[in-house]
Amino acid sequence: MSAGTLYDKVWDLHRVAQLPGGSTQLFIGLHLIHEVTSPQAFAALKELGLPVRHPGRTVATVDHIVPTTSQARPFADPLAEEMLATLERNCGDYGITLHGLGSGRQGIVHVIAPELGLTQPGMTVACGDSHTSTHGAFGAIAFGIGTSQVRDVLASQSLSMGKLKVRRIWVEGRLQPGVYAKDLVLHIIRVLGVKGGVGYAYEFAGPAIDALTMEERMTLCNMAIEGGARCGYVNPDAVTFAYLQGRPYAPKGEAWERAVAWWRGLASGSEAVFDDEVRFDAAAIAPTITWGITPGQGIGVDETVPTLEQTEPDERPLAQEAYRYMDLQPGTPIAGTPVDVCFIGSCTNGRLSDLQAAAAVAKGRHVAAGVRAFVVPGSEQVAAAAEAEGLDQVFREAGFEWREPGCSMCLAMNPDRLEGRQISASSSNRNFKGRQGSATGRTLLMSPAMVAAAAIAGKVSDVRQLFPITPCLQP
Amino acid sequence: MTSPCFPVGPISAVRGRAVVIAGDDIDTDRIIPARFLKCVTFDGLGEQVFADDRAELSGEHPFDRAELQGASVLVVNRNFGCGSSREHAPQALMRWGIRAVVGESFAEIFYGNCLALGIPCFTASHSSVLSLQEALIADSGQELSLSLVPASLETSQGRVWQLELQAGHQQMLASGQWDATSQLLAHDSELNCTAASLPYFNGF
Repeated sequence: MSAGTLYDKVWDLHRVAQLPGGSTQLFIGLHLIHEVTSPQAFAALKELGLPVRHPGRTVATVDHIVPTTSQARPFADPLAEEMLATLERNCGDYGITLHGLGSGRQGIVHVIAPELGLTQPGMTVACGDSHTSTHGAFGAIAFGIGTSQVRDVLASQSLSMGKLKVRRIWVEGRLQPGVYAKDLVLHIIRVLGVKGGVGYAYEFAGPAIDALTMEERMTLCNMAIEGGARCGYVNPDAVTFAYLQGRPYAPKGEAWERAVAWWRGLASGSEAVFDDEVRFDAAAIAPTITWGITPGQGIGVDETVPTLEQTEPDERPLAQEAYRYMDLQPGTPIAGTPVDVCFIGSCTNGRLSDLQAAAAVAKGRHVAAGVRAFVVPGSEQVAAAAEAEGLDQVFREAGFEWREPGCSMCLAMNPDRLEGRQISASSSNRNFKGRQGSATGRTLLMSPAMVAAAAIAGKVSDVRQLFPITPCLQP
Repeated sequence: MTSPCFPVGPISAVRGRAVVIAGDDIDTDRIIPARFLKCVTFDGLGEQVFADDRAELSGEHPFDRAELQGASVLVVNRNFGCGSSREHAPQALMRWGIRAVVGESFAEIFYGNCLALGIPCFTASHSSVLSLQEALIADSGQELSLSLVPASLETSQGRVWQLELQAGHQQMLASGQWDATSQLLAHDSELNCTAASLPYFNGF
């Protein structure tokens, strides 16, 4: 059983009581809500006649259903309009802050909470969205919940939870030029599988993790859930504190000093005990791309689609389903696969550094004929920062569309979606059947730089070969 | 098909016919595609469960077969319900009529969402689930009886499968204490005490 890890410490600090059935009542420090998974929770609260216990600890935004072309109200889609209007009404009724469209702070919930400084080390963070694991990048224990649990957090600022085991994922070395946090996490899921993390929290540690920026750590933790781990985290360090300092909701003045001291003490110590440990070498990882219908069906861009014989026996039925659905031939190179749509954005890869990496590839080049490519900033703040650097111009000149912030084609709850059997190069997080809005649409997950490379070439391409990449100057 | 009678109070048994959905890693986007999440109530979701898979099989999907209409047990394989945390997935299954799920393993968020609705998710070994699925496909109309304590499944012909259900959850469901809200609110002073002890809750 784990002991002395950040997960154990944060868990113990937030334990409220023991519940019938052996679950723990866990206090929730930050509750994030959006328009999709909250309306039924508020309806239940109203039915029960309950107030929101700590309205100041719940923060709302709108992301899943917003159009990314015109965000003028009312939306063209009456259902989308009704969902946002319902969120606005609920937030108004209960005194909850809503970072709405045009506020300068709206965006994907997992992009805005970190950039506003709401997400902090040592917190428990819950949201009705599985990619809440993103916030673990700060050394928070953050996990997705269902709507009944959203109701519970609104009513009691707590949840009934079972404690997870802790697996340390130790990553040696450094990622090579052209290889990003997205490639690292796709590689980890490829090796450990999409159910390897069930029952675990993933602690990401080691020299390669220490070297990641906060935005890269968010990409990594974001996809812990795709490996089955409900939460993933990185211990807070100087990189974390430097990111947080000065953000609107971060502590200030003397409180800042006290906060940093408290945060430092939460990191897993040298004496920490883990339930399991797995090691990786960052330097051995290539740009990684999915070929199938789960995020675990990934390969290096220089590899071939695995044959049935190369697949573990118990994974073969899924591999066969993937061959049929994706219409990719086992044993053939993934590089060169033609793409129809290229999407850069999402809570995984819609932050400024993601757009910078993609723009560096797109600059001075042009999207291939017949390819539709678009860039969706993760938030209004990301959009403003990117525009201040001229990235929107770089993308437009290269033939990409520059859109308004939202979840967009990650899950197609808005007008952005695949049509028919289109195949997309996507910087999002899920390649499930039908995920991007067409029941027969196909998704290849990859890093934003790889999406840009695919857009330019019109086919899956190794970004390392297509473009000279300046190696990082590292000791 | 929707059922107006959702789980309430102590749950000691689930009876009815069973639907087999074979395959590992069936995600919640497949159980209920995202376009059906554009709603402010869960009311209409029963008809949309597995919408794209059903359309693809044009009437041959287990959820469309005439003899399985009104079934109340779902039998699945590994990591069922992975992906999105959407409670719309178990809500859609429940509103179609599902009252218990038997599988090799479940994604955690899905499992918790089912528990919050009073839907037990039983597990059994790989070989056990495969033999059960085989028996159910061979005779799809048969009535099953699932008991929570002990966790087991019996067919109308008297064949029995031992199942597993986490002891605490078994107790919560059997005693009717599976709806967490009132239990959480009962610890009012403990909640205040925890809030007071957290530095970030009090401006450091």
